[in-house]
Amino acid sequence: MSVTVEIERKDSQPARPEWVCPSCKRGARSADVSANLFVCPSCGHHLRVSARERVAQLADRDSFDELWPTVRTLDPLEFVDLEAYPDRVREAQAKTGLDEAIVTGTATIDGSACVLAVMDFGFLGGSMGSVVGEKLWRCAELAAVEGLPLVAVCSSGGARMQEGILSLMQMAKTTCAVDVVNEAGSPFVTILADPCTGGVMASFAALADICIAEPGALLSFSGPRVIAETTREPLPEGFGTAERNLELGHLDAVVPRNELKARVGSYLRLLKGGDSPERRTARRSRDRGKRGLAQAAADRARALAALARRSSLRRGREASEPAQEAPAREETP
Amino acid sequence: MTVEIARHKDRPRTRDYISYLIRGFEELKGDRLRADDPAIVGGLGWFGDRAVLVVGHQKGRTLDEQTVHNFGMARPEGYRKAQRLFTLAERHRLPVLTFVDTPGAYPGVAAEEGGQARAIAETMLKMARLTVPVVATVIGEGGSGGALALAVADRVLMQENATYSVISPEGCAAILWRDAGFAPQAAEALRPTASQLFDLGVIEKVIEEPRGGAHNNPEAAAAKVGEAIRAALAELDQVEPGERRAQRRERFRRLGAWAEPDAGGTVLSAIPDLGP
Repeated sequence: MSVTVEIERKDSQPARPEWVCPSCKRGARSADVSANLFVCPSCGHHLRVSARERVAQLADRDSFDELWPTVRTLDPLEFVDLEAYPDRVREAQAKTGLDEAIVTGTATIDGSACVLAVMDFGFLGGSMGSVVGEKLWRCAELAAVEGLPLVAVCSSGGARMQEGILSLMQMAKTTCAVDVVNEAGSPFVTILADPCTGGVMASFAALADICIAEPGALLSFSGPRVIAETTREPLPEGFGTAERNLELGHLDAVVPRNELKARVGSYLRLLKGGDSPERRTARRSRDRGKRGLAQAAADRARALAALARRSSLRRGREASEPAQEAPAREETP
Repeated sequence: MTVEIARHKDRPRTRDYISYLIRGFEELKGDRLRADDPAIVGGLGWFGDRAVLVVGHQKGRTLDEQTVHNFGMARPEGYRKAQRLFTLAERHRLPVLTFVDTPGAYPGVAAEEGGQARAIAETMLKMARLTVPVVATVIGEGGSGGALALAVADRVLMQENATYSVISPEGCAAILWRDAGFAPQAAEALRPTASQLFDLGVIEKVIEEPRGGAHNNPEAAAAKVGEAIRAALAELDQVEPGERRAQRRERFRRLGAWAEPDAGGTVLSAIPDLGP
């Protein structure tokens, strides 16, 4: 099917298209692809995007303030494989324009203030070493102290082998960071983007209050190649994809890229709890309105008195009927 | 060489240490959800004169045992069993002792689809939240996330010939050298030995083994392990329960090697002697 289309295009358009979708092989203009958030206009295939592009897509215009951009990795093991680790890092820095595989800061998303951490798969496969762990820790601490939600876009091949055991320890460190966020009661949302595997998938990425993924993203602990080589088990159709993970109960939702911002914004408003934004606005205007502040204070006092009466009634009932369920709370005016 | 001793077929396993160190061991099976994973064993028993929870990877020695225990490669059921046992320990204020000995979490299709990644992550989070003392001992192979899932502890001890690494030498060689034949070079580069990990601040103590390795005298090896665990617990008894969680978090927070030029031009670093 896709082959036929390609031939037709070749016939009618002798010039090669500017861009060819790696999934459906159909061509498109580069400008159209980037305007479509780097999603194939023909088949909806989600391309990998850089951390900077992701921030631009997700954060409200001009709302992102980057934090800790200069935290850099050391070479604790003086690791050399086919190339020395510091050389690999320098190449990745030159290629991506980033210092490390994660970009962090504060932003608003669809109007909600948050701490935002975005991984970049283009930087050594988005691998998690000491810097990713440290910056994620700082994000968690900031979210906890400021009472802000934490939103993380996770895309990674796993731990950064060149940092040896210290990269493994970042799984524990980021897990402890989640504990910090949870303890403070700050909402935590992760967006899993292709691919999210290994040590990142098996630590903070999986531990969010709400965990969603982009369509088609590969999500797993062991990669498909390792599974095939180690166990010689045939991989079922769609193994490890976001869609399969959703079916198996491991994700809250699969969300197309063009809906991410609105969905995350909605989650953040809901996780904040309390009154809806509409109700808050209505209350503010009412308080400023003709009844005035004195009236509002009197309302609150009446509501509190009613609450106290109800709870003393309940205590009285509990004394005589210990199994009685607490009455449902009534709406205060 | 070290990897060979750590993987020696006669090396004492978790069950051996349980039989030497724990009196009246009562094994508790199952994840209370769907299965029991024999790659992780757990239960209650007496360590000296105190009741403890023990959880560890079990590899098995004979081929039959190894098959039953899946070579110590746990599935999500195994990690969920560990989680529910940690809950039990917390509720009844029992110290937790773990033994780490696994090539890694099982990389199978069913394990993956059963939520292997989250099972590991949640086990770590569960350990991070405990307020009872937690002592982990690496007794053989500490293979990657599957090992770390049982090692988010207040004190991490390691036998001198054990290894603990982010990836197996074979796996590392296959990826970075694009040839598993470079496993010896990878093993060298990964620095997975107890003394190397001690220098990086990842473990608190290197436990001496009998000459040639623990398999030469399991009983003597176990006595040394018992001594080290006892000393670690004695230290942890001095800490307020409410403080343990914060201190454990702090322990893992400082692990890493990074640098950051501050506004004054000096370089801050997590490990001072590694700074430029």
